Amino acid sequence: MLRYAFRRVLSALPIAFIAVTVCFFILRLAPGGPFDTGRPLPPNVLANVRAYYNLDQPLFTQYLLYIGGVLRGNLGPSMAFYDFNVSQLLAIGLPFTLTLGFSAFVIATFVGVLAGMVSAVYQNKWPDYVLVLAVMIGLVVPNFLMGALLQLWFGVYLRWLPAGGWVTGSITHLVLPVTVLAWPHAARISRLMRGSMIEVLGTNYVRTAKSKGLGSRLVLARHAIKPAMIPVVSYLGPGLSYLLTGSIVVEQIFGLPGIGRYFISAALNRDYGLVLGTTLFYMLLILVLNLIVDLVYAWLDPKVRYS
Amino acid sequence: MAGLTRKDEVLSAYAEKLATLDAPKGRSLTQDALRRLIANKAALVSLILFGLIVAVAFIGPYFVPWGFAQVDWTAFRSPPNFETSHYLGTDQNGRDVLARLLQGTQMSLLVALVATLVSVFIGVIYGAIAGYFGGKVDAVMMRIVDVMYALPYILFVIILMVIFGRNPLLLFAAIGLVEWLTMARIVRGQTLALKEKEFVEAARASGAKPFTIIIRHIVPNLSGPVVIYATLTIPEIIITESFLSFIGMGIQEPMTSLGTLISNGAPVAEVMPWLLVFPAVVLVTMLLCLSYIGDGLRDALDPKDR
Amino acid sequence: MENVLEISDLNVSFALHNSEVHAVRDLNFSLRAGETLAVVGESGSGKSQSFLSIMGLLARNGRATGSAKMGDVELVGMPPRQLDKYRGKDIAMIFQDPMTSLNPSLKIKRQLSEVLVKHQNYDEKKALKEAIEMLERVGIPSPERRANAYPHELSGGMRQRVMIAMALLCRPKILIADEPTTALDVTVQAQMLDLFRSLTKDFGTALVMITHNLGVVAGVADRMMVMYGGRAVETGHVDDLFYDPRHPYTLGLLSSTPNPAERAKRLTPIEGLPPSLEHLPKGCAFNPRCKFRFEKCFEERPPLEPFGEAERKKACFYEGQLLAEERSA
Repeated sequence: MLRYAFRRVLSALPIAFIAVTVCFFILRLAPGGPFDTGRPLPPNVLANVRAYYNLDQPLFTQYLLYIGGVLRGNLGPSMAFYDFNVSQLLAIGLPFTLTLGFSAFVIATFVGVLAGMVSAVYQNKWPDYVLVLAVMIGLVVPNFLMGALLQLWFGVYLRWLPAGGWVTGSITHLVLPVTVLAWPHAARISRLMRGSMIEVLGTNYVRTAKSKGLGSRLVLARHAIKPAMIPVVSYLGPGLSYLLTGSIVVEQIFGLPGIGRYFISAALNRDYGLVLGTTLFYMLLILVLNLIVDLVYAWLDPKVRYS
Repeated sequence: MAGLTRKDEVLSAYAEKLATLDAPKGRSLTQDALRRLIANKAALVSLILFGLIVAVAFIGPYFVPWGFAQVDWTAFRSPPNFETSHYLGTDQNGRDVLARLLQGTQMSLLVALVATLVSVFIGVIYGAIAGYFGGKVDAVMMRIVDVMYALPYILFVIILMVIFGRNPLLLFAAIGLVEWLTMARIVRGQTLALKEKEFVEAARASGAKPFTIIIRHIVPNLSGPVVIYATLTIPEIIITESFLSFIGMGIQEPMTSLGTLISNGAPVAEVMPWLLVFPAVVLVTMLLCLSYIGDGLRDALDPKDR
Repeated sequence: MENVLEISDLNVSFALHNSEVHAVRDLNFSLRAGETLAVVGESGSGKSQSFLSIMGLLARNGRATGSAKMGDVELVGMPPRQLDKYRGKDIAMIFQDPMTSLNPSLKIKRQLSEVLVKHQNYDEKKALKEAIEMLERVGIPSPERRANAYPHELSGGMRQRVMIAMALLCRPKILIADEPTTALDVTVQAQMLDLFRSLTKDFGTALVMITHNLGVVAGVADRMMVMYGGRAVETGHVDDLFYDPRHPYTLGLLSSTPNPAERAKRLTPIEGLPPSLEHLPKGCAFNPRCKFRFEKCFEERPPLEPFGEAERKKACFYEGQLLAEERSA
């Protein structure tokens, strides 16, 4: 198991490296730079600024300098937020993004699995129909629309929940953003879980378990859930990417100062350092979470471990 | 954004089926699937409704008395009103919501269509080359695809948007540029099977160049997967486009898209609900239809499921 | 000897979209303590479904009526929660395909010990010890090691031994084996039958062996019941049925089974196809394929009735010793 984990880590690192390299060159090759917008700077000031950010060096030297910095844990300066470097900005945004993403991920996975199970066990009865409807809503209502609608309904009309913003430690400020982020994710998981659970409940080994008189609860908990989870877990990896995309939208709609907002404003401002930094950060986050997903997968399906 | 239609799942099931059959039978397998799709009531209704929306979006503007950028100085913020022939009301700038809605729907569909074509084009060429040459070329090319799969592609769309400016045409291209991965995988698998066929052998023996063989003999046999891929990709791109427009990186004024309309309608929905409701209904209906069509395709391709 | 299972008027049907298919009709038989009963028939004859219904394992659309009494306990119509007190403990079942009948994601030991934890209230440790003993008993070499394995690490024969061990853990009164050897190699089949014979004898378990293979029947069974089109068509002692079959279908099964003693004889398949349960012929269900049919067979369905001595029953209007008649013909 440990060796398996180690192998996965080794194969994940080059991916992150290549991705950062590609991003770096795409950004630099693009016309325009961070200081082209607004009032033109005097030439000598511009030269100084460019020298400060190493922009006067040959491209490849810039690249080496950047990678060297990253390896030492220095993501470089931000070009739009002059007083901060990228690491500091990430550190500011991280708690929001992580709180939001992590709660949505956990809640969505839990709710999705549960809903899928209920749907499968009560296949074609009313609990199934209700859940399938909720799943459909999660699938076809894009998150920005869902966000706007929930904000309007619960925040503006009913005034039950704050329509946006962030107060540290306030759960009510989290309810709407997490719901918007989690719903589609839960919907996809529930759909997968329903299908695989129905399949598993029809397998010979579940019949064997029933024939042993284990009782429906034990049959479900011990014999059916684990194998039924396999497709769900293999979805969690790609699912994380969608969740991340969603968190950018949700941070935008509800005005949460997370990394997603930095990314968008950095992209709009041509803030190379911050775009690269956030991209790298997201990538590492995805790789790490994917690794965890892989390990869970190996635990669920013993055959994977030995191949 | 992706994952609405479980594209990968459907297509890999389909590719598996094709691989177990003789490749030229791919067409009849597709026909068979289409027949089953039409027998599926939900999918058929969705297909018709979707077709209707497309038709209205493109023909409708000729029957609407207002242009999408035309300002009616007598009617700002007007709720739906039949007397002034603003059937769905007007926005803050006195522009007719119906005209804008039709234009926005058109735009969303166009973006989806062009982006899908771009991704099909890249995917087919890339996959066919990898599959046809095989060996190391194949290994390296597919490894690149694997790597790109692991990346948060929406970040790249945003980076591309920033770099290339906010021209709608470039928006199409940018989305297409990152959507081709699945297509490349499927096409590669198909090509691997096809290149062992007699007609390809014959072409090779008669001295045809590899690219001629790919274009003349391999690509025409890929129609089945392409149709299915396109059906499943369009809704994903519609969502992606509206998402980009929503965060302000998509279609720019005075042009509009469903995402832009929703994005503009959402903040004022409390006082002018019609600005949010109508585009939202159209968007959700289209996605719902496409989702049922996708489901129908999946069932048609894999009847054992349910 | 006392009966451990008493089946009367058992019917099993499945609801389809807009029709109902009767898989088993009016089944009556009893199982005596410690005996081995072979239930023989083609696929679709209802032999598996009748016993799945007793175990409460019918598919979602299935429904069983009638009665199946295990001692004083009525199994048909019992809610699953109550049924769980008996299945796995007093009545156990082994399935056809050992490759898919064990849970791929659980270790062997877990799948065995849980039975004892549930029914005997053993703690995990004691259950494990007993499970390993049972694995040894069914002829699994180095049972401690195998107990720690996952099913995919074992061969088909091993897995079927595990299934047998699992079914016998609580020393059930009744063991139902549904085609337990069909999926296995011929060499392994013989070992498996020996195992069944010795274990059921040691534990005093009554065995129901569902099979389509008369070779299996000859090796292990005391009595047999032949089923066709959802009904029992002939019952009696194995020897009687083998040497003097009285239903043409039994005769057909015998003539289509290889017999080492008559190597020179050609095998004769039963002509025609097994009937569709939705469209059973009028009269005797076997009439389209029967060599001995006459007018009455098309008008009336022959009831299963006792004849002669030695507790034999048949559902056929034709009177005569079929085997002898066929040989002389």
